[in-house]
Amino acid sequence: MAVISYIDAVTQALREEMQRDEKVFILGEDVGVRGGVFQVTKGLIDEFGEARVLDTPLTESAIAGVAIGASVYGMRPVAEIQFADFIMPAVNQIVSEAAKMRYRSNGQWHCPLVIRAPYGGGVNGALYHSQSVEAMFNSVPGLKIVAPSTPYDVKGLLKAAIRDEDPVLFFEHKRCYRLIKGEVPEDDYTLPIGKADVKREGTDVTVISYGLTLHFALQAAEQLEQEGISVHVLDLRTLLPLDKEAIVEAAVKTGKVLVIHEDNKTGGVGGEVSAIIAEEALFDLDAPIQRLCGPDVPAMPYSPPLEKEFMLDVNKVKEAIRDLAHF
Amino acid sequence: MRHIDPGLQYIQPNGELTAEGRVVWEEIDPQLRLDFYRWMVKVRLFDRRSIVLQRQGRIGTYAPLEGQEAAQVGSALALTTLDWIFPSYREHGVAMIAGMPLDRILLYWMGRVEGNLAPEGVRLLPPAVPIATQLPHATGAAWAAKLKQEPSVSVAYFGDGATSEGDFHEALNFAGVFNLPVIFFCQNNHYAISVPFSRQSATLTVAEKAAAYAMDGIRVDGNDVLAVYDVMAQAVQRARNGGGPTLIEAVTYRRGAHTTADDPSRYRDEQEAQEWIKYRDPLDRYRKLLHAEGMLSEAEERLWEETCKQELEEAVRAAESAPAPPASHLFAHVFEELTVSQRRQLEELNRGEGNDKDE
Repeated sequence: MAVISYIDAVTQALREEMQRDEKVFILGEDVGVRGGVFQVTKGLIDEFGEARVLDTPLTESAIAGVAIGASVYGMRPVAEIQFADFIMPAVNQIVSEAAKMRYRSNGQWHCPLVIRAPYGGGVNGALYHSQSVEAMFNSVPGLKIVAPSTPYDVKGLLKAAIRDEDPVLFFEHKRCYRLIKGEVPEDDYTLPIGKADVKREGTDVTVISYGLTLHFALQAAEQLEQEGISVHVLDLRTLLPLDKEAIVEAAVKTGKVLVIHEDNKTGGVGGEVSAIIAEEALFDLDAPIQRLCGPDVPAMPYSPPLEKEFMLDVNKVKEAIRDLAHF
Repeated sequence: MRHIDPGLQYIQPNGELTAEGRVVWEEIDPQLRLDFYRWMVKVRLFDRRSIVLQRQGRIGTYAPLEGQEAAQVGSALALTTLDWIFPSYREHGVAMIAGMPLDRILLYWMGRVEGNLAPEGVRLLPPAVPIATQLPHATGAAWAAKLKQEPSVSVAYFGDGATSEGDFHEALNFAGVFNLPVIFFCQNNHYAISVPFSRQSATLTVAEKAAAYAMDGIRVDGNDVLAVYDVMAQAVQRARNGGGPTLIEAVTYRRGAHTTADDPSRYRDEQEAQEWIKYRDPLDRYRKLLHAEGMLSEAEERLWEETCKQELEEAVRAAESAPAPPASHLFAHVFEELTVSQRRQLEELNRGEGNDKDE
């Protein structure tokens, strides 16, 4: 199996799906000639032409709205929002229209579309190129939200998202793009949306996370093994719907749960994960559920020391796990 | 009487054709001339009946359209079943012509689940309520038509208030850039609930905004069914032949309230409304024309009105006898397949416990 980067897994999934199904097309800002600001769509315009790799105006609401109209007509659009920060003008289209089309038309029309957006910090992206926006959409029935952490998951889940009959928001952590590499089958495969994945087995503390911070958890677990702390790591992979069964199983396994995400703490996905555990596994817990998250400040600072302060890292995660292990 | 620039006009308010209108009229199939009349009558009677039904508590809040019949009938009759319609919530006339049965339209206003289901083959979306959100959808369907190389045209229907929304700009701009087969059909009925068009825009017309998108912008008398039809038919043909998008502003007037929950006397000069009703009515002028052309007698009028009323009563009966949806329908059509949580909530509901406790 070839070892490829997270970003190449995105490109591979897109290319293979466009080869497989001519209804799949890409639209977004700079996705064509430029190949995307991160080069996610590099080379696709040469292979599929400018109609299927469409450079649009700067128009996030229309990118989402056009995708909705085209999907109703039977196409399978994959829209790119250049940075998740810029998804805000499209919120009305995503929440009021894409998420409700099937419901309000009594199943007559539906929106098999994907909206991809790179999110997250740690890349000196400053206020408007670093945000995590997943929590804002996580209470919207009618949407699915995927946020993978490994190249293998990226490819399998993006393919599944494109083949899904309902709208999927696909959030790619931009720090993972070139940092994270992994084995990815060259064959066609999909992974089920809505299923979490145990990334490491352990017995003392359970860490539940997704995206970049999942890798901090894995590194922390590796290092803490030498201290005699065995860490169980669950990768949510899908944020909506959450895999309740896997969350409860992971929580019960150790009785001590740390939920980690880069998105700010208040109102974050971690709150929902904690509530699920509290509802279903309270008496299996040996310690209060802990959350380690981004701070509740409006934005990721541009100032390098402040950005570092905002971001989680292996040491912060190790400390939180240690505290819980010794509780 | 206040002067209103009506835009392109073929049938004058007194029912007489303009010279240009005469030329167009002679080219219109006699059957279509009668269809204009019949649909406008049916739409008006449906509208009046719906208001009564609302007052009687038999349907929910309803959005009246009286006064806008010519704009809807003239434009919708220029479309074919190939074409996609993305309406707002006042387009019952358009919906009927597209093929939506009357009882379904009533069901919609009763809040019944079947009310949004267009019959097989009818490319009509449910009414968009958030304002202007349907415009990018029409642009998107037009882009899909281009990718699929199908000769269908998309039409977005909206009011003058929608032109202030960002989606108006984004949809028209996108359509202009890619020269898409889409028509943006604005019924400028002068009010967005209480706010007059002068508060929506510093421009005097909607049509002139088309210049910003390098597309044709046409201001047409929205109470002149012939002019609306002709303008729309040309726009459809242009779009189908690769000529790109058109913005049409049909100048009309919302005679009644925004919805049955609104009272226009709070913000509108009654005299203004009366002027539109007395002097610019779409149906009156068309009736006069048909009489003058010898195409319609008073007896035929009465007969057609009776036919419509009977059809309406049958629709009301059908709608009112529709069975109530089962409670489980709350979870129908959320996704192709429900999520685990939703399945649990549905099971809970089916057990008759009726709360949303999720376990």
